[in-house]
Amino acid sequence: MSAHVKQKDASIPTIPIKARLSRWFGRNLIRIYAVFGFTYLFIPVAYTFAFSFNDSGKSNLVWKGFTFDNWKNPCGAPEVCTALGNSIKIGLLATIFSTILGTMIAFAIGRYAFKGRSSSNLLIFLPMATPEIVLGASLLSLFLVFQINPGFWPTVIAHVMFCISFVVVTVKARIASLDPRLEQAAMDLYANELETFRKVTLPLVAPGIAGAALLAFSLSFDDFIITNFNSGTLKTFPEFVYTSAARGIPAQANVIGSAMFFLALIIVIAGQFVGKRVKVAK
Amino acid sequence: MTDASSATRGDLRLTRITKTYGDFTAVNDLTLTIPEGSFFALLGPSGCGKTTTLRMIAGLEEPNVGSIHLGATDITTKRPYQRPINTVFQNYALFPHLTIFENIAFGLRRRGIKNVDADVNKVLELVELPHLAQRKPTQLSGGQQQRIALARAIVNRPALLLLDEPLGALDLKLRRQMQIELKWIQREVGLTFVHVTHDQEEAMTMADTIAVMNEGEIEQMGSPADLYDNPETAFVANFLGQSNLIKGRIEGTDGDNLVVDLYGQKIGMPKNRSHAVDNSIYAGIRPEKFRISLVGTPTRGNTLTGGRIEDVSYIGVSTQYQVMMPWGQEVMVFEQNDDGVAPFDKGDEVVISWEPNFTFALRGDEDAEAGTEVIPEDLDEE
Amino acid sequence: MSKVKLPYLLLLPGFLFLFTFFILPIANLAQTSTQTPIADGDTGQYEQTLRFSNYLDAFTENQEQFARSFVFALCATVLALAISYPLAYAIAFKAGKLKNFLLVLVVAPFFVSFLLRTVAWKQILGEEGFIVPSLRTFGIISESTTLTSTSFAVIMGMTYNFLPFMTLPLYASLERIDPRTMEASGDLYANGITTFRKVTLPLSMPGVVAGTLLTFIPAAGDYVNAAILGSPNTRMIGNVIESRYFKIVDYPTAAALSFTLMVAILILVTLYIRKAGTEELV
Repeated sequence: MSAHVKQKDASIPTIPIKARLSRWFGRNLIRIYAVFGFTYLFIPVAYTFAFSFNDSGKSNLVWKGFTFDNWKNPCGAPEVCTALGNSIKIGLLATIFSTILGTMIAFAIGRYAFKGRSSSNLLIFLPMATPEIVLGASLLSLFLVFQINPGFWPTVIAHVMFCISFVVVTVKARIASLDPRLEQAAMDLYANELETFRKVTLPLVAPGIAGAALLAFSLSFDDFIITNFNSGTLKTFPEFVYTSAARGIPAQANVIGSAMFFLALIIVIAGQFVGKRVKVAK
Repeated sequence: MTDASSATRGDLRLTRITKTYGDFTAVNDLTLTIPEGSFFALLGPSGCGKTTTLRMIAGLEEPNVGSIHLGATDITTKRPYQRPINTVFQNYALFPHLTIFENIAFGLRRRGIKNVDADVNKVLELVELPHLAQRKPTQLSGGQQQRIALARAIVNRPALLLLDEPLGALDLKLRRQMQIELKWIQREVGLTFVHVTHDQEEAMTMADTIAVMNEGEIEQMGSPADLYDNPETAFVANFLGQSNLIKGRIEGTDGDNLVVDLYGQKIGMPKNRSHAVDNSIYAGIRPEKFRISLVGTPTRGNTLTGGRIEDVSYIGVSTQYQVMMPWGQEVMVFEQNDDGVAPFDKGDEVVISWEPNFTFALRGDEDAEAGTEVIPEDLDEE
Repeated sequence: MSKVKLPYLLLLPGFLFLFTFFILPIANLAQTSTQTPIADGDTGQYEQTLRFSNYLDAFTENQEQFARSFVFALCATVLALAISYPLAYAIAFKAGKLKNFLLVLVVAPFFVSFLLRTVAWKQILGEEGFIVPSLRTFGIISESTTLTSTSFAVIMGMTYNFLPFMTLPLYASLERIDPRTMEASGDLYANGITTFRKVTLPLSMPGVVAGTLLTFIPAAGDYVNAAILGSPNTRMIGNVIESRYFKIVDYPTAAALSFTLMVAILILVTLYIRKAGTEELV
């Protein structure tokens, strides 16, 4: 559609290659840097994954040949699966308790103005500002005073303790982002407090709670320092890796690590996908 | 004030600029000269390439080919901070961590000017907000932020001031007021203003020259009156105000006039108002140029008979009629309410007439609907 | 149920838990720290003698490890900041549609167990890894130089392991910046470096503060990296505390060390927040 007649006799001026290149470099420098950054991040992951296929025998230190055996038989090395089972059990219990307790605190702090709110915030912040070794050691001392032997339940308690703060912070952020008019609208449409909470508030905060639960599980599953102080003779997966590190960990541990990696990746991507569809549907 | 542009002044010349993003051509072979000291508006719908053009002038984007000159200096590949050009950003982009004073002083300080107080205070006076110097941007209303964004740019006395939809976030009343103020400030400081907008009324109120852009190209450029009075394309005719475009054929000439056949009825129009390339045309008449009379009453100028009133909307200043013509086209007619009464009713059989000199002619192969769609403007264009 | 009491009821279970398993242990830790072994008692039996010189002893004996912990943690924090800032910047401003995907990529490596990653680094940096031989081939390091069991390896391991704690808060605060303010800065005669100094960095300070704290605190109390990647010459205070508990069984000294570490970190954190807070963060 060019009813308007243009004068096109002037030749097209071009931009010198040198100026173009220097601009391209200026614009993309940070991207180039990011590529290096990601490479650094993924080197140990790639290494762990690659060595999960190593036909290594007991000590997985040197590449000895490719095999699927480790993946076919992930429990092949002694203790690996017992340790993994312990980690999962502890992780699930810690997740359930810390999510419930933390969500209640998050609602109290995020939704109500009350006396002692800022000191409550401080109490939530303190465990996060305390080094893990202090948390682990102090809890162990307490158990010793009450002559409770370290083991499964002390570990669960320790994990719940350090997960609560993270749950509170995550859920509180979600509550803060809620539009308070939605609850007002629900009440305007004849929902009482409890119904409003069940039908409006809770569904809207649910993604935050789910995120907090995932975070709690991964923190618990991956914890070593606090666990090491309170687990006694019980061995979790990180503890298993730590104690076998000296003589080289079995390739089955790499299998489990890699599997966890892909599993978590799938959960996160699926979560984002669902989140996106919910957004579109809105 | 301290001049950022002592070295470079003069007209801004864009020569054969093209900018593509992947398959999408945002700006297509654009050539444009913006004279020094003018208030120039780039007007067009969302996605027409006006913001891209502005960003290339500012140095925030780089054209694929073409050159940009300011006076004699080639600034095509100069970085934004190397150009004596400042921008009033859409949504203002004030620095939230700095006070209003420091926001305005930002450009002066970067240019190594030590004593900025006098300049900053003077420009704060100009925008009538000297009492807000120590506030933070978030403490200001939209209108106040808008003025600070303007002050932050003009304190540098750039050779060129770019305004990217500067009034888009303001409500209607404030927008009107700011339009007048902006124009006053432009005269006061004597800078070249380039204003990008999708609001035709805003462009017409403020600019001396408007370039109407569509699909990466300039459709037409001229004074607001020229564009409105004598549009060259269907897009301009519809985008600036409303037009009735009626299909017709040029039958012959009569002195300086053309004789045109519109569905069997003959009308006349000046030769020099035709932008057609052959005999097939659209005859264009603005709705307020039409007059309505009942069948049998005397008429002047061109007439078209056989109309029937389909709809009447009384809107105070004027009354708008939709008139169904015998060939099945509805035309719009705006009648001034000089006597305060709407004299025609739905169903009346009428004749419409107008002065031949108000007629313009467009190419017959154009899309008569171009530019009519009112697209809700997405402020975050590109 | 009265409305005034509701927030307190919500807080009650969680706070009771935190009181029992966080506050009480810390108090007990303080209590233990001034005990002395019972004369003629078994190993691990102590009585309260308010022996405050436990602190002096603990500190003077372990000055070196304390200093090393803080220096290593500081190095790791600075390195993590240097790596994370451009990465977070690239994701926030240069990633386009890939933004969410890249965010997942930043977190993804941390789904592989912390211990496995650290062990992987040990092997990558070790004699059998690919880095040492290639550096030797190019003559960058001498034949006798090793990378594992060095301060370098420990700091690098900590940098790597705590990286997401730096990247995510940085990303969150960078993402909130309106990119037009950076364009406006360029438009107002600031070049790239000045724009960064005067606009981007000040606006991202909340993320820098949060990220450095979240990296520094766990790094200062860490002992896993030093145990796996270091040598006896790179022992940190965490290693000392751990061995006082498990190998030497000297609870009072271990408690004194833990308490000193916690207080030192809290003081540093408070000072740091004060300092950062005076710069008028947005």
